[in-house]
Amino acid sequence: MTTDPDFAPGKRRELGSYVFTADAIIDFARQFDPQRFHIDAEAAKDSVFGGLCASGWHTASVWMKLNLASNAVEAKEALAAGRALPEFGPSPGFRNLRWFKPVFAGDELFYSRTIRGTRPLNSRPGWSILELTSEARDKNGEIALSFDSAALIKFPSTEDAD
Amino acid sequence: MLKDDLLHFEDMPPGAVFPLGPKTVSADEIIAFAMEFDAQPMHLDEEAGKNSILGGLAASGWHTCSMMMRMMSDSYLLRTAAEGAPGVDFVKWKKPVLAGDILAGETRIIDSRVLKSRPGIGIVSLRHELRNQKGETVLESENPVMIRLRAQEESRP
Repeated sequence: MTTDPDFAPGKRRELGSYVFTADAIIDFARQFDPQRFHIDAEAAKDSVFGGLCASGWHTASVWMKLNLASNAVEAKEALAAGRALPEFGPSPGFRNLRWFKPVFAGDELFYSRTIRGTRPLNSRPGWSILELTSEARDKNGEIALSFDSAALIKFPSTEDAD
Repeated sequence: MLKDDLLHFEDMPPGAVFPLGPKTVSADEIIAFAMEFDAQPMHLDEEAGKNSILGGLAASGWHTCSMMMRMMSDSYLLRTAAEGAPGVDFVKWKKPVLAGDILAGETRIIDSRVLKSRPGIGIVSLRHELRNQKGETVLESENPVMIRLRAQEESRP
């Protein structure tokens, strides 16, 4: 367990925003998700979405990009404050991922993550499982993406002794 | 492709199976994805990967999901009357995907139902599994996809 207030249940962190340009949408989709509404602005007009929109895996992958950038900032803050840093490990996966609405070319999404809780991992002494709910909203505050994920985390040893 | 050539809801009954892969995962691809989306040492550098829990240069889990999406596209999705997916029930990253791994597996249809709220559209529940060349399961996932009905009018309840 940890007493670090940054990892208390309910603690929310804004991760920043990302603009999905047409070029970025098409680049990603050509590699990974070449459905017509992700790679061809003209064809997308006749699709169920009505316009060129980002692959859901693209909007999810950008969460990881912003999450890491935020972790780096947090690490600097902790270092400046003389606090010890937790170490992040791999993730076993995620669930309840929802794509609520299409993310069109030019849309900006604002990402956040909220701590659901942490619990010690019996199978890996010293490590805990950190559970998060993350989401992305558009500039009108409408939700576009959410999911529940988990990651291994090793809190500084002084805080493990409970 | 003629409209009639597309796979429709009726062509994807529970029990139907579609192959995924094989797909060889190169170190360059792993690093390129990680540089953009998941720039952690074990996704960028062989040595750092070896010294991590993952045991080698390993693909970002989001990369593995994206590669699975491409395998789905190539196997069936691009020839399906698909109307997008509302989400993913779960993804389990069971084992690291390492540089040089060859991924293959299948999508199995586990459920299908006609949507009352959207005439002409059905929801098909997919279960995906990817394994490496050693036969170890690296990814399990389930997600629903919306697919148009071929016989739209006849299928109305």
